[in-house]
Formats: sequence, C-alpha cells, structure tokens
Amino acid sequence: MNKEELKIRLSEILPELTFPEIHSTFLNVECALSKLLQFSNEIRDKEELKFDFLFCLTAVDRTENLEVIYHLRSTLHNHEFILRVKTAGREIPVVASVTSVWPTAEFHEREVFDLFGISFTGHPDLRRIFLEDDWVGYPLRKDYIDDVNMVAL
Amino acid sequence: MGIESKDFQQSTENFPGKIIRGGNGGNIITTTLDDVINWSRANSLWPLVFGTSCCAIEMMATGASRHDWARFGTEVARATPRQADLIVIAGTIVNKMAPVLKRLYDQMADPKYVIAMGACATSGGPFYYNSYSVVKGADHIIPVDVYVPGCPPRPEALLYGILQLQKKIKGESMMSRSNPAEKFDKGL
Repeated sequence: MNKEELKIRLSEILPELTFPEIHSTFLNVECALSKLLQFSNEIRDKEELKFDFLFCLTAVDRTENLEVIYHLRSTLHNHEFILRVKTAGREIPVVASVTSVWPTAEFHEREVFDLFGISFTGHPDLRRIFLEDDWVGYPLRKDYIDDVNMVAL
Repeated sequence: MGIESKDFQQSTENFPGKIIRGGNGGNIITTTLDDVINWSRANSLWPLVFGTSCCAIEMMATGASRHDWARFGTEVARATPRQADLIVIAGTIVNKMAPVLKRLYDQMADPKYVIAMGACATSGGPFYYNSYSVVKGADHIIPVDVYVPGCPPRPEALLYGILQLQKKIKGESMMSRSNPAEKFDKGL
C-alpha cells in the first residue's frame, strides 16, 4: 500500500485521525490519546494492514506538551507509517502502554519513561533503564537543568 | 674511572671525611639498569582491550595489518587489566562507566600508562560538552600520560602517541619514579 492508500484505509478505521504536513519519507498520522490502544490493536490485526512490527518508539518535547512517536511497519505488506500521540500537558504526561500490542515496546517505553518522564499505563515493569534509580529529573526534557555537567545556552 | 689526578689528591688531603667519588663511576649500575628496563618497558607495552566508542574502531585499525602497532611492541592486547601495562581510553567515558574505568586502572600492575585517545577522552568531546551523562575528560578519573587529539584520531596519530609515550618511558629512572596517582589532581 502506498501513502495515499494507507491514508484512506487508516481513516476508515478511525475517522478522527489527522495527517499533519511534515516533511518526511513516511506517512504521518496523529491519533487521539484515548483511542491509541484500540487503534493499535486494529492496525495490527487487520488483514490488509498487518502492522506487526514497531521498529522505533521515541518521544519529543514540544514545550507545551510531549509527543510520543511510533514507527510502524508491516513485515508482510512492506508498508510503514509514523503514528504520533500528543500528551495532555507536560506536568504528569500519561499515555497508554502498547506493550500488549507489540511486546518490543516494553524496553522502548522504559527508555522514554527514563529520559522524558512519560508514564505508560498498563506497562508491566515501568522503571528507569539507563540512569541510576535515584536520578532526579528527566534529562531529555527541554526544561531539565544540570548545573554541574551542562553549559547553559 | 673517577678522578685520579695528583692535583685532586693534594687538594683533598686535609679533608676530614671520607671521599666518595662522583662522576661516571658513581651510578653506573643504576643508570645502565635504567636503560635496560626502560628499553624493555617501552618496547613491550601491552595494551588493555578497552574501547567505549568510535575511537575503538580506529584503535582496531591501528592494530590491523596496514598500520600494525606490533611494529612498536604494542601488539599483545590483553583482555585482563592484570596483564596490561597500557590503557588506551578509546572513546567517550560516561558517568556510569567512570567507576569501572577507575577499577580497571587500579587493577593494573605498576608501572602502568594511560593514553587518552580522541576528543571525548581528553575533554568530553565535541558533541557531548553539554550532556548530563558524559565525563568531561578521562583525566577527571585517572591520571593520563599522553593525550591524542582528533575525532577520531587517525591510526598514525595514535601511533605517534604511542611513540611519545615510549619517549616518556625512556626518560624514567627507577630511583626517582613516582606513583602517578600521588600527584594526580582530579580538578573539578
């Protein structure tokens, strides 16, 4: 399926999807926070989509809120797209965990939790993965301050 | 050997104490031993297998056939610090790696030497200067003998660093050799 076909097919599953214009080789799809888990399950299981491979899960700090980004691929049909989910605010960002859909998300979500402080509800073992357990703060957030190691720009 | 002229004997006739002759007869054993020991140390530097990022690739290239650091006696890379004389810090040292590097250095037998290879090991690196996780130079953790600049340095640069270290070793004396950790100042 090419980008346009994928766009139509995904809209059929979830009509409120938006498609932000981002300069990218992939199709970008923005999904509402509350519909994430349901949408993920459907695109994995639908015969003509079969997005069975989450090859990257990361996050971006958009200052007013945080954004979780899922790179998805079908190993059967060889098509792929980017799913974006914006959190509500940046104080206590909560996103549903997709570990039940794609098990590989377990470590990815731990990494995002470690560096951005996004809580994933339904994650089996949400704790820090790289940093020490007693680390204070989330270093990849734009408002992270480290007086000892970092140069203020 | 020594000074045996008549003038010398006359001028010291009234000297109350015992005369110990200086000059080239005095330290012949120790200086010759120094030469032999330094020569063997400088030409059989066994490096530790230690690489933390891309500089390690360049270090491997230095060990491979085109550049071949075995030409300078640095061939036997050891996988244990207890058999190594030299640690080439090839790559970024992060805060989590710092205690490991310190332990490896402490486990090495004396005499031990350190080469900081590349920008990350010398100063924290061109990309990570504003990072929460990177040590700003390996000399915050262990004393460094030779710094090799570059990102990453070419094998020629590392070989030059090894030659500089050999030069440094050849100037040592076993009577005056100090523990590098004693004068070590971690700075900030």
